Amino acid sequence: MRRISNAYYALFTLPTLTAFAIAFFIPFLLGIYLSFTRFTTVTNARWVGLNNYVRAFTENKDFLNAMVFTAKFTLISVVLINLFAFSLALLLTRNVWGRNIFRTTFFMPNLIGGIVLGYIWLLIINGVLYRFQVDITFSAKYGFWGLVIVTNWQMVGYMMVIYIASIQSIPPELVEAAQIDGANPRQVLFNITIPLVTPAFTICTFLTLANSFKLFDQNLALTRGAPGKATAMMALDIYNSFYGTTGYEGVGQAKAVVFFLLVGIIVLVQLLLSRSKEMEN
Amino acid sequence: MNTSKRTGLNLTFGFLLVLALLYLAPLFLVLMNSFKGRFFISNTPFAFPDAQTFVGLKNYVTGLVKTGFIPAFGYSLFITVFSVGTIVFFTSMTAWVITRVKSTLSSSIYYLLIFSMIVPFQMVMFTMSKMANLLHLDNPIGIIAIYLGFGAGLSVFIFSGFIKSIPLEIEEAATIDGCNPIQTFFLIVFPILRPIYITVAILNTMWIWNDYLLPYLLIGTNYRTIPIAVQYLLGGYGSIDMGAMMAMLVLAIIPIVIFYLLCQKYIIEGVVAGAVKG
Repeated sequence: MRRISNAYYALFTLPTLTAFAIAFFIPFLLGIYLSFTRFTTVTNARWVGLNNYVRAFTENKDFLNAMVFTAKFTLISVVLINLFAFSLALLLTRNVWGRNIFRTTFFMPNLIGGIVLGYIWLLIINGVLYRFQVDITFSAKYGFWGLVIVTNWQMVGYMMVIYIASIQSIPPELVEAAQIDGANPRQVLFNITIPLVTPAFTICTFLTLANSFKLFDQNLALTRGAPGKATAMMALDIYNSFYGTTGYEGVGQAKAVVFFLLVGIIVLVQLLLSRSKEMEN
Repeated sequence: MNTSKRTGLNLTFGFLLVLALLYLAPLFLVLMNSFKGRFFISNTPFAFPDAQTFVGLKNYVTGLVKTGFIPAFGYSLFITVFSVGTIVFFTSMTAWVITRVKSTLSSSIYYLLIFSMIVPFQMVMFTMSKMANLLHLDNPIGIIAIYLGFGAGLSVFIFSGFIKSIPLEIEEAATIDGCNPIQTFFLIVFPILRPIYITVAILNTMWIWNDYLLPYLLIGTNYRTIPIAVQYLLGGYGSIDMGAMMAMLVLAIIPIVIFYLLCQKYIIEGVVAGAVKG
């Protein structure tokens, strides 16, 4: 089918596009506009130019701190999650008994929502810290590593199944040929397995990067930013600007635009990197 | 298999077993504490319930009465099922037409939808909830339209990728036999899409069932889904009934575990397929 009447075209696309316009497109454009205005409701917006952007960075250190915290958290999470996920995938692609049951187990936390996950771990972390007469809000360090543990518990299984699928797609003849040529397991790993799972590595890095960077639910449930605002990540800081105090809606929207641009840059870099890798092959 | 290799595999098995038990421990811990009295939880979460601390199903009874878990479950189920159904139905139609009809309009729609995937929710959360209020979409039925709009990007993207691989001849034969586009899509194309709409349905189910912020901002005051009810109860200040909370967490996890065990094959395959394409 290469031609279709306009009526049918509209019938097939309009329901989705209407919902898309209401839920995303109009709010997106309106959001960019509002970031240059002062407002409490959408209708009383007054143009203030770049004022909100200036306020977001200069009025207090909240947003900058959130950026640094988010960057550190994302870096550590991406490295740890991928390291654990890939190691588990290597073990689970060996001929070990019960590997499907293990795979099912490790993947399961991924289906539990961030809010519930956050409270499960709050119980455990506070239970441990109670022995030292403190709780998770005592130091930003506790909150930081608490978040790292929660996201690892949640995402390692997800990334693991992607790595498993990728390792299993390596032709067994390649590994056998290398073994016949006298390659030891270490050489097989570094010269065959790792180069051939590069596409999975790209996907997993991107997924963990995007998910860690945009983390909100776990952050809200585990620390709510405490102590003070020291463990508030960017998404939570933006939320607090919008709904925490009136008069900061415009600043919140400006922060949201900055947040969007940062996510956009990450995606763009990722896209260019995977393009250039495809070119090489 | 030689002995050293078998020893290696046994060691791997032992290691994985210990790790799997550690992995499940948090869930077990919550379950265990849900049978303990409310004052014996925060301070000694690692102790087994004993004669003094065991309270039977009392926490579940208070939990169910206090938290409105049953309506929350109802709202979550209603919103998830109908949103996912709506998303699969409408986005597959859209994806088919914009993939098959090559035009500037089609590719503009496609790239606009893809673009929405990279925009974080915080960018539109304020304006979107104002918009939804204005259009009276701030109820469990209206939110379905919002989910369709938000889910459209990823879903159309996954459907389009698959539709490109279906040979055009099948659809052309149907057209020659007198099928109009609606018949061609629902009688010919939709059945072929089966594996991919399972993927789309699973990815959207995982997202919508666990989603917190969007339903909280839109309908949270009047209709609490499970994540909202959990956050409302546990995030509140003042004296918190830890026992009821543990029961609530267990109740929130049970439906997911059942769903997972029933369709784990589809879930894992769907997630891998979705990730590789997305």
